[in-house]
Amino acid sequence: MSILQLKQVSKLFGTQAEQSVGLLEQGWNKEKLAKEKSVTVGVNRVNLSIEAGEIFVIMGLSGSGKSTLVRMLNRLIEPTAGEILVHGQDLRKMNKEQLRKVRRQTISMVFQKFALFPHRSVLENVEYGLEIQKVRKPERTEKAMKSLELVGLKGWENKSPDELSGGMQQRVGLARALANDPEILLMDEAFSALDPLIRRDMQDELLELQETMKKTIIFITHDLDEALRIGDRIALMKDGAVVQVGTPEEILTQPANAYVERFVEDVDLSKVLTAAHVMRRPETIMPDRGPRVALELMRERGISNLFVIDRSKRLLGVITAEDASEAMRSGKTLADILITDGPRVHPDVLINELFEITSMSKVPLAVVDDNDRLAGVIVRGALLGALAGENSPKEVSPNAENTAG
Amino acid sequence: MPKIPLDEWIEALVGWMGDHLTVLFDFISSVIEGIVNGFTWLFMLPHPFLFIVILGILAFLVGRISLTLFSVIGFLLIYNLGYWPQTMDTLSLVITSALISVILGVPIGIWCAYSRGASRIITPILDFMQTMPAFVYLLPAVTFFSLGVVPGVIASVIFAIPPTIRLTLLGIQQVSGELTEAADAFGSTAPQKLFKVQLPLAMPTLMAGINQTIMLSLSMVVIASMIGAQGIGAEVYRAVTQLQIGKGFEAGLAVVILAIVLDRFTQNLFKSKKRGA
Repeated sequence: MSILQLKQVSKLFGTQAEQSVGLLEQGWNKEKLAKEKSVTVGVNRVNLSIEAGEIFVIMGLSGSGKSTLVRMLNRLIEPTAGEILVHGQDLRKMNKEQLRKVRRQTISMVFQKFALFPHRSVLENVEYGLEIQKVRKPERTEKAMKSLELVGLKGWENKSPDELSGGMQQRVGLARALANDPEILLMDEAFSALDPLIRRDMQDELLELQETMKKTIIFITHDLDEALRIGDRIALMKDGAVVQVGTPEEILTQPANAYVERFVEDVDLSKVLTAAHVMRRPETIMPDRGPRVALELMRERGISNLFVIDRSKRLLGVITAEDASEAMRSGKTLADILITDGPRVHPDVLINELFEITSMSKVPLAVVDDNDRLAGVIVRGALLGALAGENSPKEVSPNAENTAG
Repeated sequence: MPKIPLDEWIEALVGWMGDHLTVLFDFISSVIEGIVNGFTWLFMLPHPFLFIVILGILAFLVGRISLTLFSVIGFLLIYNLGYWPQTMDTLSLVITSALISVILGVPIGIWCAYSRGASRIITPILDFMQTMPAFVYLLPAVTFFSLGVVPGVIASVIFAIPPTIRLTLLGIQQVSGELTEAADAFGSTAPQKLFKVQLPLAMPTLMAGINQTIMLSLSMVVIASMIGAQGIGAEVYRAVTQLQIGKGFEAGLAVVILAIVLDRFTQNLFKSKKRGA
């Protein structure tokens, strides 16, 4: 079951907010409600299911309602209508005591402008969530120190927050949120106030932390690059409503409507697409064949090299047409002319990292999985094609049977 | 059109309060008198020189050497001029009014910060208290509390409490929304949020309010002396009515010295706290 579920969650602002929810369902739009009822629609009937352990990005431009939405998830803002289920329990039906318990133990938050308490040291900031639960000093210090260590701030615990750089301040914010060991982490534009380079570092670190933590992270951002980089799934919001939910690839390759399409058209694809997206089906041969067979195969397919694999599809190396005809004349075997130090990449490598590798290598790039098994091949033309927005032929399947032999 | 008999109503109200609330006023009166006398006793307990030495040490602890020098020389001058007991009386009166102002004012300020209704009602009352000429409420104060130091303290509190309330309210309102959100998001109870986040952050503004309150109550000492409050204000008042320019200046100088020392003390007290944080 989903750890967090939103059903028809709406937030309307204005004196007639409560009464106007029904009108929203009757199809009144934002403009009409604002004009006739002086009601502002913050969030418009959002339905979402968030699974445990995923990084769920809510993305939208300013005013799209994403910050309002995330604040309803811990009821910093009271929803006007709908259900917010945490482990199946409706947050809206909870009394103050129950809500406090959820905020203390289940859901933590990281803020855009860090929101560190300036009158408290770094350690005291991180301890705050435990302190208000009346956790004893030695225990909370231990937990807070562990949390600080996790974000790489060991040794800074006695500093005041304003002595730290922006990136470090947000690490404190993250450590403070993690100290409670919550299941759900709400990150409201957590990296938006940071310099681009620091932001990249923080994104990488968050992903690294997530490898071990496996928290459910709800990450708000207005930055599409950021969303694509860190999101397992992305919800795109516009005017308070969710326009599309999907994986980064789905958002990019199958935009639900013109709005999403316009939103994603400026995306730097080289930062999104991976080797797996642009690889082609490899032409392969078994090592026990002779050079003549190899040459014939290359002529037939119109290519100038072949990958040599064993029976379990493990990549042994690559041969070129030039070497093969030389081998045929001098009576060598394929094993003699095998180039084993050709470049290999993992399917998850981003394609902007592939350019350098392909430009330095004479043989095509082999894409291999964790077990060294050949998954595909990358040629320069396909790389450029992908950047130009062509949908790469996704015909590659690891079990494609086109091995000569 | 007949005149609205506002004067008669007020007199009736004051008369009624004088007749029926005597027990309450007597109680308040004895509490205030007790506090003032307690402070006076405390300040007169050590020999003036010992008092000045202690003052000097305190000044050195909260401030710098300049504050120490000023305090010591200033109080030696007061002693030399022969206004020591009167100055101690005035100091007791000022500290008592400031104490009462803080004890009442800070909670009222917090209440205003939490309740918009409260702040809507209290803000005009504060305006009223600050702008209504002090002599006007001096009379009812005498009616209720008779002559002496108590109505002086009451008048000082009425005049001096508004900055504490206003700046407590302002200080809490100035705490950034994201910080109170953070306090809420981690599951703070309302008192935890108040004492661990809002009040510590409001402290600089709040201390400025207390500083203003002390200064304002000091400015009331001459007026308080008209209804029988003893102290340096009475000396000023007497000198003025008898046209003794020289004596008036001496007593006035004592007030100024007391004012500057109190002002610098409260300011530095806050600053040293901030450095320590």
